[in-house]
Amino acid sequence: MRAFSYERPSQVAHATHAGSRPDAAFIGGGTNLLDLMKLDVEQPGHLVDVNRLPLETIEVLPRGDLRIGALVRNATLAADPHVRRHYAVLSRALLSGATGQLRNKATTAGNLLQRTRCYYFTDVSKACNKRVPGSGCEAIGGYNRIHAILGASASCIATHPSDMAVAMLLLDAVVETDRRRIPVAELHRLPGQTPEIETTLQPGELIVAIRLPPPLAGRHLYRKVRDRASYAFAAVSVAAVVEMRHGRIGQARLAFGGLAHKPWRDHEAERLLVDEAPSRALFERAADQVLTGAVGQGGNDYKIPLLRRTLMATLRQATEA
Amino acid sequence: MQSQPPIKPSLFDSPAGPNPLDQEHLLGRGLARVDGPLKVSGRAPYAYEVSDPAGAALVGVLVLSTVAQGSITRLDTQAAEQAPGVRLVMTHRNAPRQGGPASQYCRPQMADAVIRQNGQAVALVLGDSFEQARAAAALVVVDYDTRPGQFDLAAGLPQATVPPPRSPSQPVDTHVGDFAQAFASAPVQVDATYSTPHQAHAMMEPHASHASWEGDRLTLHTSNQMLSSCAQTLCETLMLRPEQVRVLSRYIGGGFGSKLVTYADAILAGVAARQLGRPVKIALSRPQVFRQTTHRTATIQRVRLGADADGTLHAIGHESWSGNQQGQAFYETAANQTRLLYAAHDRMTTHRQVRLDLPIASSMRAPGEAVGLLALECAMDELADRLQMDPVALRVKNDIQYDPEHGPSRPFSTRRLADCLHEGADRFGWERRLPRPGARREGQWLVGMGVASAIRSVALRPSSAEVHLDGRGILTVGTAMTDIGTGTYTILTQIAGEMLGLPPDRVVMQLGDTDLPEASGSGGSFGAASSGSAVYYACAQLRIAVARRAGFDPEKVQFADGQIIQEGRAVSLAALAGAQGIEATGGIKPGSLLKRYAQASFGAHFAEVGVDADTGEVRVRRMLGVFGIGRVLNARTARSQAIGGMVFGIGAALMEEAVPDQRHGDFINHDLAEYHVPVHADVPAVEAYFLEELDPVANPLKAKGVGELGICGAGAAVANAIHNACGVRLRDYPMTLDKVLAGLPVQA
Amino acid sequence: MARAASPAVPPQAEPGTAIPVTLAVNGVDHALMLDPRVTLLDALREHLLLTGTKKGCDHGQCGACTVMLNGRRINACLSLAVMHDGEAITTIEGLGHPDDLHPMQAAFVRHDGYQCGYCTPGQICSAVAMLAEHRAGMPSHVTEDLQATHHDLTDAELRERMSGNICRCSAYPNIVAAIRDASGGIA
Repeated sequence: MRAFSYERPSQVAHATHAGSRPDAAFIGGGTNLLDLMKLDVEQPGHLVDVNRLPLETIEVLPRGDLRIGALVRNATLAADPHVRRHYAVLSRALLSGATGQLRNKATTAGNLLQRTRCYYFTDVSKACNKRVPGSGCEAIGGYNRIHAILGASASCIATHPSDMAVAMLLLDAVVETDRRRIPVAELHRLPGQTPEIETTLQPGELIVAIRLPPPLAGRHLYRKVRDRASYAFAAVSVAAVVEMRHGRIGQARLAFGGLAHKPWRDHEAERLLVDEAPSRALFERAADQVLTGAVGQGGNDYKIPLLRRTLMATLRQATEA
Repeated sequence: MQSQPPIKPSLFDSPAGPNPLDQEHLLGRGLARVDGPLKVSGRAPYAYEVSDPAGAALVGVLVLSTVAQGSITRLDTQAAEQAPGVRLVMTHRNAPRQGGPASQYCRPQMADAVIRQNGQAVALVLGDSFEQARAAAALVVVDYDTRPGQFDLAAGLPQATVPPPRSPSQPVDTHVGDFAQAFASAPVQVDATYSTPHQAHAMMEPHASHASWEGDRLTLHTSNQMLSSCAQTLCETLMLRPEQVRVLSRYIGGGFGSKLVTYADAILAGVAARQLGRPVKIALSRPQVFRQTTHRTATIQRVRLGADADGTLHAIGHESWSGNQQGQAFYETAANQTRLLYAAHDRMTTHRQVRLDLPIASSMRAPGEAVGLLALECAMDELADRLQMDPVALRVKNDIQYDPEHGPSRPFSTRRLADCLHEGADRFGWERRLPRPGARREGQWLVGMGVASAIRSVALRPSSAEVHLDGRGILTVGTAMTDIGTGTYTILTQIAGEMLGLPPDRVVMQLGDTDLPEASGSGGSFGAASSGSAVYYACAQLRIAVARRAGFDPEKVQFADGQIIQEGRAVSLAALAGAQGIEATGGIKPGSLLKRYAQASFGAHFAEVGVDADTGEVRVRRMLGVFGIGRVLNARTARSQAIGGMVFGIGAALMEEAVPDQRHGDFINHDLAEYHVPVHADVPAVEAYFLEELDPVANPLKAKGVGELGICGAGAAVANAIHNACGVRLRDYPMTLDKVLAGLPVQA
Repeated sequence: MARAASPAVPPQAEPGTAIPVTLAVNGVDHALMLDPRVTLLDALREHLLLTGTKKGCDHGQCGACTVMLNGRRINACLSLAVMHDGEAITTIEGLGHPDDLHPMQAAFVRHDGYQCGYCTPGQICSAVAMLAEHRAGMPSHVTEDLQATHHDLTDAELRERMSGNICRCSAYPNIVAAIRDASGGIA
């Protein structure tokens, strides 16, 4: 970990000013940033500790939106009575991630901005375009069991590790920064030729809150498939909110983790479910749609049938009486 | 080691007769760990936690090679040397001369520019603080001329060689009768090839060392299971005489075999502390542990079983291939247990070695059996399947009370395998198992049961101890033995207390210091037997000395309640010891009993798993192990050891795999987020039960080892349960969901 | 929560300059000058010589460094000490002493909830805080009914909630027994 200078502002304006230094990084929970700093993957020269900014409240806004302060800890958000009642998919996703200790520390904004778990990204002795642009991607042709099957590029096949972000995407969450609002759907980028650029945030831009639109009716599910029963990243995950009306699917929202460089959503798959009676064939069609263009890299080929089966099981559960 | 008068060991060459340990007033009971209060309150100091005066010790951070084969072409240490707080950057260019050539006990570090493995030390940065040293270590630039290496076991099979024998009693291959003919003519055959992956010990405490010199004497606090070999390594590598080295490992945060070896942290801490004239401490980071230290090698194993329709085995063949660096003698003895486990007239076992340019492969918890049984006991399940025979009954049918390779002239000392299988089947509710795979479904879960036999060879090593009784009636026991979590502090307290009739709080146990009498160390399940026997013999000598001082006949006395008693006359030990105290020493020297008797501990594992019918995720629901381990020295710690081994079996079956990157020759998933070991949620109700047994052939304690038996066969029971649950027969460990998924039927 | 009176810290001129930090550890204030790179874990172990908190991975992957920050369990390795200026930290040493063990510590001894002992302080701190979380009605991944304000602490709940603490010796069943035993006295 290289030496850095440190400051701890108490006002957002000061933080964003400090964060505009090219070598600056904001530190919230620190559970991802410090991990990577110890590995020399992240090398900020200036650390702006945002933990004393007044961004720790959860409030229901007059029109029914929920505004979540950027510093609300994952555990607090998961346990919030309003979230549990009205945004259960978010609570479920949060609780399936990490551990009690990490959830107590990690922040809502920081969770969205988590960086990938790719082995080659976190090992500075390996080539990685995300870490050193132009150096190559050793996950391609390497051990890529945990890697992306959708939206990958010849430059990068990493996945986004967050569970929470999957639920946020499903819920049409909007990120509120010090200067603008960005739908979560537009926050994360696909790798393309520039995998080092992971979000659409500008330098020094600070997330101050995340807004959720009014609650979605229906059954909220988050199914995370993983190699051990807890404390493991998703091989794949499926977030689903499905509302049944008179035996047919009235509304369906689906989002996926473990598949791509960003949390994944497929509006076409959602559309084809609506107004249909649940059936195996229908679920197959939805899975076909989600997996359009899916490509395995060898080690992660299994994710294609796994996603299909997990989605079908989740839809079955979401639609059963 | 300081010069001490040599301790005369007792030769253990005939089965133990009655002795005071048979009283079992203290021994055998589930005495809570005597080191427990220190451990649970955070006051037990581990190697890195030696307290120095503030700022006295320099902190070393290692730089490891990032290629597997080749040589260093450029080494730029300038930036590191100029970084704040840096005192020295040591590389092969300026490292003090060390002993050589490299061998098992001579491990010179940074001796030249040659790279022999990914993860070898290439630089050591010494700084005033950890933060400064770590930052500077990242500034060391190393370029390499790289040669391609061999990192894949399967690809190396055509070049496999015959390794040198481990010992005269462990030949590389064995052939009895005519296996080929018997197998070919057997009415029912299994011929299956299994693979097991590289595994990491992943003990919780990373390797760490703290070195300081007083004159020309080195004191090294380190985390090592076997202090005598650590001291020998330091002597040979740092070119020291034995009396110049003192090694201490009073508390060790797990080992499982990883800490049988002395690594760069220990050697370079010693080298640097001498050069700089200040204490130096070095801890490996968790990723460095995966790269610098040993691992369990992958294996490929072919098992062939030929049987009659009634299940009688006629032919057993077990061939194993494992990998290691060139010149390393260690190979995985995965077929060894197959020489002893089941009867059959015609049999063969072979071991072959494949050169792999990975980090050095060595012992991990139950080397040999732990992976050998993953293959053999799955093959037995496949045979039962083919025979449509109950897997428990198949194993019982082929039970045998003597070494099947040598005949009745070499009986087992004790062997209660069939009892373990029967007892376990009863306790587990085995009769509820449905023979047809996939027949039991509970919601999304396909549920099945599996069984496997357990066997682990018994060993005994030389060990010695000293005992001292003082005027307060306190017995102090000293031996350079280690407690790696096995419970040594506690069981030695019980043995000493039993021998002298003292409660545990009158016994002080001193371990983990080479200034104490040399001991076996912890490994191969021989620790308790060997060090416990040494304490037994030392206490037996002390009993004689106490009796003589009391004017009693040593043959007629009893020791109880802090007193020596003869014919109603009781004298307190404290009074007899007086101000000068009474001392004794003792030790054990193994005799020929291991040749005359086949010796092993036995058991049976039962597992119930659920397989998610949609995703292929496997979760263990419950597990039971029933074991025959001779005398149980401490019911509580023995149970913990057995359960711990069984959970290692869950890990081996379901998740553990250190994956070599085929271009770089390192384990790419080198941390605890990506090398999965079981967490709480993976471990359901696991129970261990011990049969009543004494084994007087094993040692004077009449006890066998327990630390490794729990893992032996446990993973196979899980694998067999997976098959019973969902019908998917996997032969490639670990049985992760992707492999299970490939065999599952289309969803309902 | 205990918080410093003036939370704003002006930017330092030079990277690596030591910063004054006050940590309230086990009820005692400690004023330190720390390199900002010092983690909370290393501040405890190296600067306050409270080595009961263990370094098992230094990356939040094992839980051996679990301490309580203002009553909530966290991984001390993934936090900088300077971030916790003025805050209250409870370590294993603050829970009890060998001669006066905390009920959770005593239960671990009674149930043999450890072997090598290296993960043990983290398990114990985690368990104490976990019971408080449970009492406060916090749900877990295995909680069936998210709306309920009280959940039975089933074995499955207990195991899930403790899964951030790895025990390679695998004393898990004994740890669960110890926590269950202690929860009677604590909860």
